[in-house]
Amino acid sequence: MSNTAISVTDLSKRYGNQVAVSHATFEVPLGTICGFVGPNGSGKTTTMRMLLGLITPTGGTGEILGESIKHPEKYLPRVGAMIEGPAFYPALSGKENLNVLATLGGFSTDRVQGLLEQVGLGDRGKSKFKTYSLGMKQRLGIAAALLPNPKLLMLDEPTNGLDPEGIQEVRALLRSLANNGTSVFVSSHLLSELELISDYLVMLRKGEVVFTGKMTDLMLSQQPVIIAKTNDENDLVKVLAIAQNAGHQATIRDGAVHVQGPADWAQVLNRAAFDAGITLSQLTPQLPNLEETFFEMTGEK
Amino acid sequence: MWNVAFAELRKLRRPTLLFGTMGAVVFFSALFSSLLFLLIDSPDGNSDRGRMVGREVLSLATGGVQGFNSVGGFLGIIALCVFAAQTAQEYTYGTLRNLLVRQPGRLRILLGKLVAMKIFALLMIVLSAIVSITTSVILAPSAKVPTDLWFNADGRHAIFTSFINIIISVIGFGIIGMVMGLLLRSPISAISFGILWLLIIENLLIAVKNSLEHWLPGAQLSAIAAGGASRVNATGVTYSHALLVGGIYVAIGAAVASFLFVRRDVAN
Repeated sequence: MSNTAISVTDLSKRYGNQVAVSHATFEVPLGTICGFVGPNGSGKTTTMRMLLGLITPTGGTGEILGESIKHPEKYLPRVGAMIEGPAFYPALSGKENLNVLATLGGFSTDRVQGLLEQVGLGDRGKSKFKTYSLGMKQRLGIAAALLPNPKLLMLDEPTNGLDPEGIQEVRALLRSLANNGTSVFVSSHLLSELELISDYLVMLRKGEVVFTGKMTDLMLSQQPVIIAKTNDENDLVKVLAIAQNAGHQATIRDGAVHVQGPADWAQVLNRAAFDAGITLSQLTPQLPNLEETFFEMTGEK
Repeated sequence: MWNVAFAELRKLRRPTLLFGTMGAVVFFSALFSSLLFLLIDSPDGNSDRGRMVGREVLSLATGGVQGFNSVGGFLGIIALCVFAAQTAQEYTYGTLRNLLVRQPGRLRILLGKLVAMKIFALLMIVLSAIVSITTSVILAPSAKVPTDLWFNADGRHAIFTSFINIIISVIGFGIIGMVMGLLLRSPISAISFGILWLLIIENLLIAVKNSLEHWLPGAQLSAIAAGGASRVNATGVTYSHALLVGGIYVAIGAAVASFLFVRRDVAN
């Protein structure tokens, strides 16, 4: 049996002359939470649509839970999905909307109330969907995705419109699902959220995969930044000169010198500053966070 | 396919749609049948397009279903609207992607929806038949129309035949609505275009050139509902001709729409 929840090779989608996804190749191991990131229009939703059989790839191959994406009927009963926001019938209640989907998929409608409670809509299940707030709609979308008790959950921006408490609940829910063996493939523009929950990461830029692998590998591969502060602000320029003369890129930002370089170069900087009669009040090697890494890799900022 | 049909029925049974539609069916069935008897002596006619249906005709074994036959075409328009809206709204609400994720067999989705909507249409027709015939029975004595032949063997046969013809016609209209919904992907566009074509454009074309009544889809389906020639000035669309030509229209429309539905990317 395959150890991957998702595996795609050279997956491409072209609309006329416009390339939406170009030769995407990546794998998502079973039982992990995989963040799927990329700027707007980078091809995330198109990729998800291809994986769900909603649109036909113009090239490449893929497998979901060991089955070819050419036969979505073989794996979709084990997949839960919410893409491009929650879409339901406005005149039906949340519960009735889930009943429709449960009946359609051949699942027991007995699960519906439990799912509504799981996503915090237990007492609003009988209200019409059109009366829901954005956050409630999002929760209903997640409940719908959980209907088949999925082995793979694909969520597109699941925290859109949720308040901080809701975001925290979704994070806990995804972690608990992953702990119980569900693979989660989730896109979000809240990179700090993905950084907190993702084990794996697939990063897209202009339809191309620019990184795929473990989140820790990505973060460790990034050049750390050494942040140095001085007691006397006039000394910042001197510290900047020391770093630049040593061949490092450095800038003064927010009252501190930011030097790109390996963490152990902090000791060298400390000694050089001491020799120059400068007292450093802070000297911290720091890895860039996912957001900074994302901007660095996608060239978005 | 049955899962899709049951899921669709859950949507169709929502009170506003179910009671709204059935309310319209009851109202118009009662109205069409009432006018036949209340305006029986009116020089302006008592049936659609000023047609006069006299006591002699209403006294026949087929008299009990005259009102039901008159409302048949209208039931077709209701079916067209319901089928078109139920199909096209999946695009406008974006719910089609949910359906396809839960049921990737696209033809199964179409067939399941069609089955559910046929059940809905059948309910409409049964209700209409009951209301039309009951109204006719109630109003016949005051219009001095004898009802002795309405429920004998010939009368029952007439009821059965009308029922079947109207089912065929209504489902034909419904499938055209569904095709419009699939092609135009917007309930308003699908319903507007369908009604505009059937109620206005076809009638204008037929007024300009009478022989077109033999070839236009709405005219064929109306002729089926009426059990043969449907218009006063008709040069005679026979039932078998209407069934053949109407069937060809419905089959071609359904085939094209199904092909597009199965092949088309779902990108909204």
